[in-house]
Amino acid sequence: MLIRALQDEGVEYIFGYPGGASLHIYDALFKQQEVEHILVRHEQGATHMADGYARATGKVGVVLVTSGPGATNAITGLATAYMDSIPMIVISGQVPTSVIGTDAFQETDMIGVSRPVVKHSFFINKAEEIPKAVKQAFYIASSGRPGPVVIDIPKDATEPTESYLYEYPDSVSIRSYNPRLEGNTRQVKKAVSAIKEAKQPIIYSGGGVIQGNATEELREFAQLTGAPVTNTLMGLGAMHGEDPQFVGMLGMHGTYEANCAMHYSDLIIAIGARFDDRVTNNPRKFCPHATIIHVDIDPASISKIVPVEIPIVGDCKLVLQELNRLLSANGAGVYPSSDHLDPWWSKINEWRTKHGLDHDQRHRQGRDGSLLPQQVVQAIYRKTQGDAFVTSDVGQHQMFAAQYYRFSKSRQWINSGGLGTMGFGFPAAMGVQFAYPDEIVVCITGEGSFMMNMQELSTCQQYRLPIKIVNINNRALGMVKQWQDMQYGGRLSHSTYTNALPNFAELIESFGHVGFTAKNLEELDEVVEEAFSDKHRDHLVFIDAHVDPDEHVYPMSVKGGSLLDMVLVKG
Amino acid sequence: MRTVIAVLLENEAGALSRVVGLFAQRNYNIESLTVAPTEDETMARLTVLTEGDDQKIEQITKHLNRLIEVVKVNVISEVAHIERELMLIKVRTDSESVRTEMKRTTDIFRGLIVDVTPNTYVIQLAGNTRKLLAFIRSIGEKHIIEVVRTGVSGIARGEQALRL
Repeated sequence: MLIRALQDEGVEYIFGYPGGASLHIYDALFKQQEVEHILVRHEQGATHMADGYARATGKVGVVLVTSGPGATNAITGLATAYMDSIPMIVISGQVPTSVIGTDAFQETDMIGVSRPVVKHSFFINKAEEIPKAVKQAFYIASSGRPGPVVIDIPKDATEPTESYLYEYPDSVSIRSYNPRLEGNTRQVKKAVSAIKEAKQPIIYSGGGVIQGNATEELREFAQLTGAPVTNTLMGLGAMHGEDPQFVGMLGMHGTYEANCAMHYSDLIIAIGARFDDRVTNNPRKFCPHATIIHVDIDPASISKIVPVEIPIVGDCKLVLQELNRLLSANGAGVYPSSDHLDPWWSKINEWRTKHGLDHDQRHRQGRDGSLLPQQVVQAIYRKTQGDAFVTSDVGQHQMFAAQYYRFSKSRQWINSGGLGTMGFGFPAAMGVQFAYPDEIVVCITGEGSFMMNMQELSTCQQYRLPIKIVNINNRALGMVKQWQDMQYGGRLSHSTYTNALPNFAELIESFGHVGFTAKNLEELDEVVEEAFSDKHRDHLVFIDAHVDPDEHVYPMSVKGGSLLDMVLVKG
Repeated sequence: MRTVIAVLLENEAGALSRVVGLFAQRNYNIESLTVAPTEDETMARLTVLTEGDDQKIEQITKHLNRLIEVVKVNVISEVAHIERELMLIKVRTDSESVRTEMKRTTDIFRGLIVDVTPNTYVIQLAGNTRKLLAFIRSIGEKHIIEVVRTGVSGIARGEQALRL
């Protein structure tokens, strides 16, 4: 029943790990060819792979785990997907209904444990319920504000000796769930007049534009308004990273010009962004002069942190189309021919010249001639011509990647922004590589994050995944260390490993992959050249780049301040 | 601000726990909660009594609406409405004078004595929360053995209704 439903849903891959409660399901998997199952080494890896697959393709990622520890191991992955609104389905085996509630072997109340981190969940009482539940689960996971859905199936509901009439529903309708897609016409018109009147507008777009496939519409909107565009960490790729209208990422480690432009703007057009605390800093000091237009599919995201004057509930793509239609009809200014935003742009360009990011750091040098993390990201950017899928883990390397890899397209940049899950990047890259076997997939990670899920190196060997892993190795939990350097008088409480790190290149080789080490610019150029050469097109290559451990991520916002309050350099 | 929210919910296993979970997760307060099926047994009606400023109440209703099994939400304390709560209260009635006094107070509050033993009464009283608290004050705490209250149920006055 279950596998047929998944076939009917057009599922390509299931990422999973078998166990007692899911054995019937695995037997059904064995007997078919349509859905390919990927055997992982840890259930958390499976969830991040499905998540990476979903982020890169926009399709629903599917995970299959057993009861008990299988289910609880999936929780971090569910929470990661939930925070970033990623469509995902986790199917968990459950002990037979006859023993539920008896503390049976490998029993966990999966519905209860996962409740706060799922969009919805289904418990299957009888096999007949499976097709409808699967159909609804896919619909809920992928519509409205997407999110993960759990289907918990007791073993007796997958009993192969019983047979039922299978019927897969053509469509779903859930009377209590009807996401609103079209923006309210009056509100959209109000937004247009606000846009026309604004002298210092800024477009602030987030993950919703990526998830909602509204990149083209956003770029057109930017062109029509001539306004500067900033992207959140989750929204990078919506604007081309080298587009002159793009002012970079905003927030805690955002660019100087993006944060200044936000602060001094008179109109913020927020699209598919949620005013996260890493963006707003102190909400009471947030952008004091601005009127805010907020377009979001989730009404609960609007006015949650910052009060909004013009809320528009709806799908980013549809609302942007409507805005673009009205703007072009009204003959509003088109950048750069219209000049009404010129004074605003000259201010922004001044900020950019003064403290903008330096996109060629080869002239700099780390302590004792060592590499700098920015140089590593830039080398990868140049080598891949800004065109690779890039996943990251969490910490300094994530911020360096977000700042210095200038993304050209949507879904190209994949990271755990909301939950901040270390160990996400590597398995997520695997999910991307499964979806796009011929594309270059780079995982920019740090040694701390990488060691949280490196067991999947074995999975990569089994399925021959040619991922390129770039380990920005600073021999410390870099972001923790940075905070300790800046706010705790340099007391490095448990953020270093005192020489307990492995030789990564050798470790990688022992899994049958290719490992390199680079300690200076020369070596870096050499190994990057080789890693991305045809010779290693079919190999997983790991570059262990030893960098200066004392390098910090700048700009960094000052705690409790406004967006203007940034630390720009060390000391 | 004291706020009464009415929720129409799919009458399914696990649905109520999502509502309660939401309040716990987001640090919203539940002062009282009543729930029972409606005339359409596929749906249950909840009344939640909570506390918060306008912004918080707006967030609560939005998040309630986000739950898949929630059909409709209405802040009924914003409109003309009726609130009722049922209380059963067991009191010690050791002497004739106490018995008389209890009977008299119960009558004044239009309650009913629904159980009588030589030493106790169980009094049933319906009304809004203020009336129930006034009753408790009137009979005096020293006579009370136990109090059980259902929590607030509410409905809007007039034509307005929370229906599918």
